[in-house]
Amino acid sequence: MKEFTPPPDSASIVSVTDRVKPVTLGMAVTSVHFLGPRAAFVGGEENVAFVDGKGEIDTVAVHSGGILSTASDGKRLVMGGDDGKVVSLDAKGEVTLLATDPKRRWIDAVALHADGAFAWSAGKTATVKSGKAEEKSLEVPSTVGGLAFAPKGLRLAIAHYNGVTLWFPNMAGSAEFLPWAGSHHGVSFSPDNKFLVTAMHEPALHGWRLADNRHMRMTGYPGRVRSMSWSAGGKGLATSGADTVIVWPFGSKDGPMGKEPAMLAPLQARVSVVACHPRDDILAAGYSDGTVLMVRLKDGAEILVRRNGTPAVAALAWNAKGTLLAFADENGDGGLLEL
Amino acid sequence: MSEATAQKIPVTVLTGYLGAGKTTLLNRILSENHGKKYAVIVNEFGEIGIDNDLIIGADEEVFEMNNGCICCTVRGDLVRIMDGLMKRKGKFDAIIVETTGLADPAPVAQTFFVDEDVQKNARLDAVVTVADAKWLSDRLKDAPEAKNQIAFADVIVLNKTDLVSKGELAEVEARIRGINPYAKLHRTERCSVALADVLDRGAFDLDRILDIEPDFLEADDHDHDDHHHGHDHHHHDHGHGLKHYHDEEMQSLSLKTDKPLDPNVFMPWLQNLVQVEGGKILRSKGILAFHDDDDRYVFQGVHMMLEGNHQRKWKEGEPRESRLVFIGRELPEEAIRKGFESCIVS
Repeated sequence: MKEFTPPPDSASIVSVTDRVKPVTLGMAVTSVHFLGPRAAFVGGEENVAFVDGKGEIDTVAVHSGGILSTASDGKRLVMGGDDGKVVSLDAKGEVTLLATDPKRRWIDAVALHADGAFAWSAGKTATVKSGKAEEKSLEVPSTVGGLAFAPKGLRLAIAHYNGVTLWFPNMAGSAEFLPWAGSHHGVSFSPDNKFLVTAMHEPALHGWRLADNRHMRMTGYPGRVRSMSWSAGGKGLATSGADTVIVWPFGSKDGPMGKEPAMLAPLQARVSVVACHPRDDILAAGYSDGTVLMVRLKDGAEILVRRNGTPAVAALAWNAKGTLLAFADENGDGGLLEL
Repeated sequence: MSEATAQKIPVTVLTGYLGAGKTTLLNRILSENHGKKYAVIVNEFGEIGIDNDLIIGADEEVFEMNNGCICCTVRGDLVRIMDGLMKRKGKFDAIIVETTGLADPAPVAQTFFVDEDVQKNARLDAVVTVADAKWLSDRLKDAPEAKNQIAFADVIVLNKTDLVSKGELAEVEARIRGINPYAKLHRTERCSVALADVLDRGAFDLDRILDIEPDFLEADDHDHDDHHHGHDHHHHDHGHGLKHYHDEEMQSLSLKTDKPLDPNVFMPWLQNLVQVEGGKILRSKGILAFHDDDDRYVFQGVHMMLEGNHQRKWKEGEPRESRLVFIGRELPEEAIRKGFESCIVS
């Protein structure tokens, strides 16, 4: 998967670059999420910048240091900072302090459940807060690399060194351990709740079929996978980390076992972030050279959204309806595209 | 790599056995008026009396890499912390990683070789080991960690020299030199070393591997000192002040030739050597003159990891000598010497 030549007709690629509303945020950006009609660009430290359809910027202070982790359900953002705080930000721009680590440790990971429950981790400890119930904590054998709630039930996946711990916070003694050697960072359930996938410190993904804990090794990446996105309906998992968007098939009961991934939109730059459209079989991909493409999953047809020649694209997101695409590079130069 | 090196954030690894004075040195670095801001990664909060919002507690989690190489370990917590720190780029000039007294420096160093993202943003500057002049000799006998830290060091701060006699000092220095004759050695009381001697050393910068001669300068100084003050009570032995110790377990091995090397033989030999003996070889460095090549080639390594590059043209009149240094445990000296000789173009 290492080397690709650009398609011969790349000069004639369909372009919508002239329809993009440019956004200059003037701060380092690490991710973007839509909260209602506005795009919320999360800064590397301290601030989140809301951008509305007209391109107006409204900056809100959320942390007093680096923003280390972010999760969103479309209604609010939950963030963890190196100030030891977990805060939420709603669509109106209201900031709420959700928790403070008593030792002011870094909040390395956060997760948000569809029913409003949220989780965070500091060091080896993962904590869940659900509704009015008391906080519940679980210590895993090593520092938490990533957190994710299962789509059904109150179940939390905690990625760490040498595997993932699956935990029902409301059931005593229920933690299940899925071992796999190596350090696990990002973690994600498939939308149908059948598979669990982690992005490893090594340039690879690892997956488990939850029915029987069968392993799925997804290797061949030249670089670490930092961005994963499930396609509409959860049939495919699009990932960064290679010079092409790698999409693993999860449509059948065996997931990607024994199958090759689709390799779409090859460029001579590394894919840095991916975001699948919420309804249609298309995805957006950002690259290490600043390029943003829209790609059709079926045949790999590409539309150019942003030209190359800048730092890597760091943030990319669709709104819930799939009518708006927001993006920004590491330096905070980005744009909004209305479809 | 050198162009990018300049913009990368330098990382100093501070090691030393329990009680040697690491925290004293750290406090000095943070409190001295040098106009620089340091992010400090420590294993225990609270020891540092300086107000600094960039002090981060670490857990010293040593992870094996899943690449089939058993001695390839990294500090998992460092990978994560570096990631987080990079969000605050511009808020600090350099990073200091303090290890626990029992830590092996190798996983810290290897983190900066193996992890792509860490490597993109930061560079290892030097491993600085603080040693206790009074107790080091004992620790070298009973604590393998202490020996590792001395063997791995680029800079050794031999602290608490006011608590030992001249003779004891000569003894402990000789023991250090028996393990690692290449590190810069500084004698101090209360870690009062010039900060320029411990920070921004470029010890892992290929462009600064200019000279791999043993560091005997200090020993000469010492000798001179003795005579000058004339109150040395141990005159009866060793007129030159420096005893020679051979450490049974940990040694250094230096190889040298003025004949050109065949790169097609040397490279596979070196690769194979670190593959097979990498568990024993802690550090390696070399300046090489290849056959039919007007450029100097330099390399350095930590255990099984090597990096090397053509550095510059050999200067007019500069002797085209190849020098290699290995520091390690129970090094197979004969085999290494023979292997090296087979790389010489006859």
